[in-house]
Amino acid sequence: MLTYAFAALLALTLVSFMIGRWRAHACVGVSTWKLHSRPAYHASFVAAWVGIPAGLLLLAWLMIQGPVLDRLVMVSLPGELVAGKGVGELSLILSQIKAVAGGTAFGDPAQPILEAGERLKSWRSIAELAMLACAMVVAMLGMVVAQSRIAPEFRARQAVERILDWLMIACAVIAILTTLGIVVSLLIEAMRFFGHVSPLRFFFGLSWEPQIAIRADQVTAGGAFGAIPVFVGTFLIALIAMLVATPVGLLSAIYLAEYASPRFRAAIKPTLEILAGIPTVVYGFFAVLVVSPALRTFGEAVGLPIAPNSALVAGGVMGIMIIPFISSLSDDAITAVPRSMRDGSLALGATKNETIISVLLPAALPGIMGGILLAVSRAIGETMIVVMAAGIIASLTLNPFQPVTTVTVQIVTLLIGDSEFDNPKTLAAFALGLVLFVSTLLLNIVAMRIVQRYREQYE
Amino acid sequence: MSDVSSTLRTGPATGHWRTAAQQRRLRRRYAADRRMQILGLGAIGLAVALLGILFGSLVYSGYLAFAQTRVVLEFRIDPALVQPDRIQDGNFRSIIRQALFQQFPEVTSRRQQTELAKLLSPGAEWIVRDHVQANPELVGRTVNLLVPVADPYDQLSKGVIPRDVPESQRRLGDEAIGWLDSLDRRGLVRTTFAWELFLNADSRFPEMAGLAGAMTGSFLTLLVCLLLSIPLGIAAAVYLEEFAPKNRLTSLIEVNINNLAAVPSIVFGLLGLAVFLGFLGLPRSAPLVGGMVLSLITLPTIVIATRATLKAVPPSIREAALAIGASKHQVMMHHVLPMAMPGIMTATIIGLAHALGETAPLLLIGMNAFIPSVDSIGLLEPATALPMQIYSWADSPERGFVARTSAAILVLLGFLVAMNAVAIYLRQRFERTWS
Repeated sequence: MLTYAFAALLALTLVSFMIGRWRAHACVGVSTWKLHSRPAYHASFVAAWVGIPAGLLLLAWLMIQGPVLDRLVMVSLPGELVAGKGVGELSLILSQIKAVAGGTAFGDPAQPILEAGERLKSWRSIAELAMLACAMVVAMLGMVVAQSRIAPEFRARQAVERILDWLMIACAVIAILTTLGIVVSLLIEAMRFFGHVSPLRFFFGLSWEPQIAIRADQVTAGGAFGAIPVFVGTFLIALIAMLVATPVGLLSAIYLAEYASPRFRAAIKPTLEILAGIPTVVYGFFAVLVVSPALRTFGEAVGLPIAPNSALVAGGVMGIMIIPFISSLSDDAITAVPRSMRDGSLALGATKNETIISVLLPAALPGIMGGILLAVSRAIGETMIVVMAAGIIASLTLNPFQPVTTVTVQIVTLLIGDSEFDNPKTLAAFALGLVLFVSTLLLNIVAMRIVQRYREQYE
Repeated sequence: MSDVSSTLRTGPATGHWRTAAQQRRLRRRYAADRRMQILGLGAIGLAVALLGILFGSLVYSGYLAFAQTRVVLEFRIDPALVQPDRIQDGNFRSIIRQALFQQFPEVTSRRQQTELAKLLSPGAEWIVRDHVQANPELVGRTVNLLVPVADPYDQLSKGVIPRDVPESQRRLGDEAIGWLDSLDRRGLVRTTFAWELFLNADSRFPEMAGLAGAMTGSFLTLLVCLLLSIPLGIAAAVYLEEFAPKNRLTSLIEVNINNLAAVPSIVFGLLGLAVFLGFLGLPRSAPLVGGMVLSLITLPTIVIATRATLKAVPPSIREAALAIGASKHQVMMHHVLPMAMPGIMTATIIGLAHALGETAPLLLIGMNAFIPSVDSIGLLEPATALPMQIYSWADSPERGFVARTSAAILVLLGFLVAMNAVAIYLRQRFERTWS
């Protein structure tokens, strides 16, 4: 139905474009110079009036229809079914009704729920028909209004350009809406979580066991939401990643910027960037397939017990992924140091090495630091490598040979398979997401400030 | 610098570069320089070696999945087991077993027969069924068909399961190996290209599992992403670069876009989960939702790159068009955008290549559905995507899925290489440099 609605609207828009063109031609005959704007502008004007309002109506209808019908169907339920039920039970009833309406119900639901499901199904089809009808009426109205304005002296070009302006502004505002959407949705769900668990316990608690009983008869731990072990694990893995990536990335950048011949540089730079283009799920598989067994064999050989999903595996592989970030940002920073500083140092008789260490690196340090901070934020937010290669159990340890867990791993494990956001377990994922968003945002802002200030200094 | 001052203080006689002490010093300084070079080269070598190990291990563990061991068997389509008018309900399992037992008349005990039946892939049944369905005249006749063997036998024939270890440490017993070898001696075993990998959807059996479902899902997801992010991204970039007045709203938008480009992708997954699934009630696992989330992720990249390309179009073009009376919009639509288009397309393709490999946000909106058939895939139906398929295969315990996962990764990397090659080609072929 939805596809038809949009297809019909598209067809109507095209037809209205033709009509607009024909009307523009018709009102001046062969003397087209009498038109203020070219016929295509008149036609676009009509098409915009047909397509845009009706399209917006369709989108708005789609957004509102689901929640409104849910509310209506819940109100229509017999009183004894909903009396005294909590939010969780009500949403369970609602999802049962939806399953009946969608024909995917299993087992045999109660009679009132079956009836409600049928009701929801018929309401849905009514609503969709109404949506189609309303959209068509709006489109027709738009067509009538717009084409009545077509006249030789009508400034269609200006009108179309104004519409274009608004469309472009709307597209640019999507960026703000996305940020707003992220902040609001994370904040709302995190607030609900902090309604269950106090922020003090979340931010300073030392035990993380989110497996709580969803049904009364399940046997689980009591559920503890102290996120310190998760934060420490994230920190540990990011630290290992940076310990791998920073020296390798920085040294390659120094070599590429100062020693390498142009041909070598032209060949190696893109090769290193390949590392950044490989999907992270590939790194995750690489960690499981190669790095973890190799490290374990090595550990056995030297008598060191290394867990298969130790922090070292995930952090090390993540470090490989981050090398190109550090190397290309450091390379930019080093090559941006003015030629005169480099020449001055060399002219005094310093070797290249001495120039690098006592002139270039200090001058490029802010840029390098900015790059490292960006890489840290990348490491903290990285998901697939740690989901596949790091642990799930949160243990409070700084031992790199032990498995630890990270914020992103916890978000994924808490949310997989669950779509109801009403228990602390799933809500905790949003609280973790909020922490992740805020910390990466802060890191990025600081890094960009440093890089920018440094750039201004030399330009 | 300290060298110079010390030389000055102590006078030329002792500070002369010919003295043994200064020569030593010089050698030390040059050695330090060489050390730095070696360290730098070593770091590059390490990074390149790691890249090589990564690709090498994937190719090494994955190339076997492109081949599949099969056997040619003679199947008698017994009319007692398959009614001509109800072929899909026929008992093809018995037909398969009969064809297999016919090759080994010496296998008579029930236990052995059960073991022998495991030689063929469970998918063989469907292959024979589909063949008979396409050729109904075969009922009552015999037909020679090439059917895949089960995963352990496939691994044995490829040498992944070693023959020279004691029987207790092997997945297959001596008897089972003997059966395959005896078929091989009779010339019935063939190794052919594994079309299943590209033509089949997902399956619980590694030898029948393929990427068709995942590729279709990825295609639909990227299509949605493309249709959303190209117009939105270009419009936003054009507005910010060419039309926007310098006010607080536009600077807010700019800061926003720059920050969004650095937000971890999993946060976008949370956004999709809370807003698209939770608030708007869109279906879980659907390519539509996946595409919407991915387009939010690629939008900032496309906007930033498009703005850079627009900035590179020289002002003289704009001024010339304005001077002959074009409106600002006409300058944009008729001159600047067409000139910037190759650059914008390059940026878009690179953005899409990133979106193709993006996994975490899709995981959160549940795009890891098990898709056993390509027919069921639609924009609003549950689907999976290539990276998600890799993730779920990597989690599967069967030995055959390791090779399948590597093969899937090679396919994904192949797509990425192809997309980047197109982008580079576009850049070199069409992009103009303005001097």
